[in-house]
Amino acid sequence: MAKFKMHMLVCGGTGCRASASDMLYDNLKKEIQEQGLQDEVQVVTTGCFGFCEKGPIVKVIPDNTFYISVEPGDAKVIVAEHAIKGRKVERLLYVDPVNKKKIADSKGMGFYKKQIRIALRNCGLIDPENVDEYLAADGYEAMGKVLTEMTPDQAIQEMIDSGLRGRGGGGFPTGVKWQIASKVSADQKYVVCNADEGDPGAFMDRSILEGDPHSVLEAMVINGYCIGATRGLIYIRAEYPLAINRLKIAINQAREYGLLGKDILGSGFDFDVEIRYGAGAFVCGEETALIHSMEGERGEPTFKPPFPAQSGYLGKPTNVNNVETFANVPVIYNKGAKWFAGIGTEKSKGTKVFALAGKINNVGLIEIPMGITLREVIFEIGGGIKDGKKFKAVQTGGPSGGCLTEKHLDTPIDFDNLLAAGSMMGSGGMIVMDEDDCMVAVAKFYLDFTVEESCGKCSPCRIGNKRLYELLDKITKGQADKEDMDNLRNLSMVIRDTSLCGLGQTSPNPVLSTMDNFMAEYIAHVEEDRCPSGVCKDLIRYEIIPENCVGCTACARNCPVNCIAGERKQLHTIDQSLCIKCGACLEKCKFNAVAII
Amino acid sequence: MTKIKSLADLKKMKGDLQSKIALREKSDKPEGRVIVKVAMATCGIASGSKDVMEYLVDELDKRNIDAIVSQTGCMGYCYAEPTIEVTLPGNEPVVYGYVDIKKADKIIEKYIRNQELVDGIIPVNYQTIEKDKEE
Ligand SMILES: Cc1cc2nc3c(=O)[nH]c(=O)nc-3n(C[C@H](O)[C@H](O)[C@H](O)COP(=O)(O)O)c2cc1C
Ligand code: SF4
Ligand code: SF4
Ligand code: SF4
Ligand code: FES
Repeated sequence: MAKFKMHMLVCGGTGCRASASDMLYDNLKKEIQEQGLQDEVQVVTTGCFGFCEKGPIVKVIPDNTFYISVEPGDAKVIVAEHAIKGRKVERLLYVDPVNKKKIADSKGMGFYKKQIRIALRNCGLIDPENVDEYLAADGYEAMGKVLTEMTPDQAIQEMIDSGLRGRGGGGFPTGVKWQIASKVSADQKYVVCNADEGDPGAFMDRSILEGDPHSVLEAMVINGYCIGATRGLIYIRAEYPLAINRLKIAINQAREYGLLGKDILGSGFDFDVEIRYGAGAFVCGEETALIHSMEGERGEPTFKPPFPAQSGYLGKPTNVNNVETFANVPVIYNKGAKWFAGIGTEKSKGTKVFALAGKINNVGLIEIPMGITLREVIFEIGGGIKDGKKFKAVQTGGPSGGCLTEKHLDTPIDFDNLLAAGSMMGSGGMIVMDEDDCMVAVAKFYLDFTVEESCGKCSPCRIGNKRLYELLDKITKGQADKEDMDNLRNLSMVIRDTSLCGLGQTSPNPVLSTMDNFMAEYIAHVEEDRCPSGVCKDLIRYEIIPENCVGCTACARNCPVNCIAGERKQLHTIDQSLCIKCGACLEKCKFNAVAII
Repeated sequence: MTKIKSLADLKKMKGDLQSKIALREKSDKPEGRVIVKVAMATCGIASGSKDVMEYLVDELDKRNIDAIVSQTGCMGYCYAEPTIEVTLPGNEPVVYGYVDIKKADKIIEKYIRNQELVDGIIPVNYQTIEKDKEE
């Protein structure tokens, strides 16, 4: 067997694939072959490194060189310089956003320094399409241990002791959930993996399934053993073709090794997994709706109780857990509940994966220990606000969450603290906003999503959210009065208290949290017809500042509706009656002569 | 593929497979490991650093020393090639020049195992290229 002295890990996640990382992989392989290095350098496709925006990523081992934005054509120089001469390719290195220096070793990147990778442990480390690499990384050992050395009750107790809480949004203790399902007696029970991932902007579940599908399968077997289920179902949205493909490969490989199927590892326990496809409705991520969707019914939530643990899929006891929750499970059995419980805060143990996005230097997928602060995430891992602008707010929890501000920056991140601050953990979206974001417009954006995604079964959510949206729309247009503001809050309370499912119950959060934290912005819109951030089109004008305009004509040439008049080297003016407020003039003017008023 | 029939089988298989990703796992946690960098620029390759690297990789493994061996570009000591830089946990890097197989063996036994200095050290008045950049 060849003994490789160097590994080139090429990201094969959706993000990097979109910029031709598969071609890059082929080219690297070819180049290595041509140089006769095939026994020395191994080229491997891995899952996501979390740095997708700067993809494709290539990481060279053992020196941990982290190349970003690598194009297929760069394969030649990487092999010639790095593999042969040991010299790093400077131009492909990551540049620190703060001190502008090139960083040669991924260990030196602020993005990774504070991360602890448990759920994402194998993403960017192993080839997700090769079960042998998973086995080499302790794969299926936890399952083996549980199935052959522990009783279901012992294994459940271990899960309870770990303190793991569901990562799908609710944060319910996983071990307790398993215990409830184990106590119900039935001829058939089910394990369901929730891979619907409907929160816009979140992609951790996809990345885990793409980068480490076996860890989820392994956890599902363990879960089945604990509660007495022999069948597992993975509910995944059909828009995730790469994750589905990797899952299929993983299921087949696990079956061939006998890690799924009958009498797993000689334990006498049978378990197998099937994939079910969702059409991508946000509400189908809610567990009762998800179950109905799998049964072929309409994907609408139903009242709980009965909980799925009592009566779930086809009326049988069903345990539903999220992808990321499952990905933590094998590690907990391998390293012990105590080890896991040693990470995090008193009531939130372990880590959480966040999809960091918005006006921040390093966007991407990060996994942080519970208990570090928003400030550490935004300014250290995230590398601070883009273009030296000022931080304004951070949105967590997606459409069910809220916007937190400066005063929350030093709050340790965990389930309870985020809730107490008026937001929530949710599935792990984290969007950073700067001074140019209008908080009323942000609330409107989320309500727009909610209105679109409401299943319509109950009226507070179906009608109430539409009215909320209309009120917000009025405010952004400067047509609202004080009474509308009162209605906004009252209606929010009613929707929150009377909706049937979590979607409606949490949908007013973006409104309530922005009202609580940014009232002044609402007042500016309502009382002064002014959008302080210059976002709401009906409340702003683009004007040319005569002192600064040199008459370069750039604005006029780029105005899509030709509403800017002026001769060369003369002052230009905007015809406000025609302007559609697209902002092109502001963007094109190099002389700071266009302003938002 | 044959079925894996027991936990013992699984563990045995893992033992056989582990070397596949060992290098990646080690590099991910370099703390506490011996780090050896072999200069592999053209001058180094010409003077036999490839053989030295091969030797170091094999021997450190055989002698059960937890080390990461990587190659690096020219260290600027072409006259003394092959050169290697050895960093013991918690120590400053030390650069050795004119390293052949015999010398490499000595470095492993004396310096890496027992922290006894071996002659042929190049005075550390240098900084590696990478270091320059990170600081
Ligand atoms: C509107 C709505 C959408 C949801 N979407 C998801 C989802 O996409 N993925 C998910 O795992 N859980 C989602 N949940 C939570 C699930 O209902 C359920 O609590 C979760 O899958 C349980 O797994 P966990 O305990 O491992 O978090 C959603 C809940 C609501 C109310
Ligand atoms: S709250 Fe909304 S999404 Fe949930 S059941 Fe009612 S209408 Fe449907
Ligand atoms: S681009 Fe700026 S400087 Fe040029 S004509 Fe327009 S406003 Fe004046
Ligand atoms: S905002 Fe757009 S439409 Fe209005 S003047 Fe500028 S370029 Fe023309
Ligand atoms: S997809 Fe390549 S880094 Fe995320």
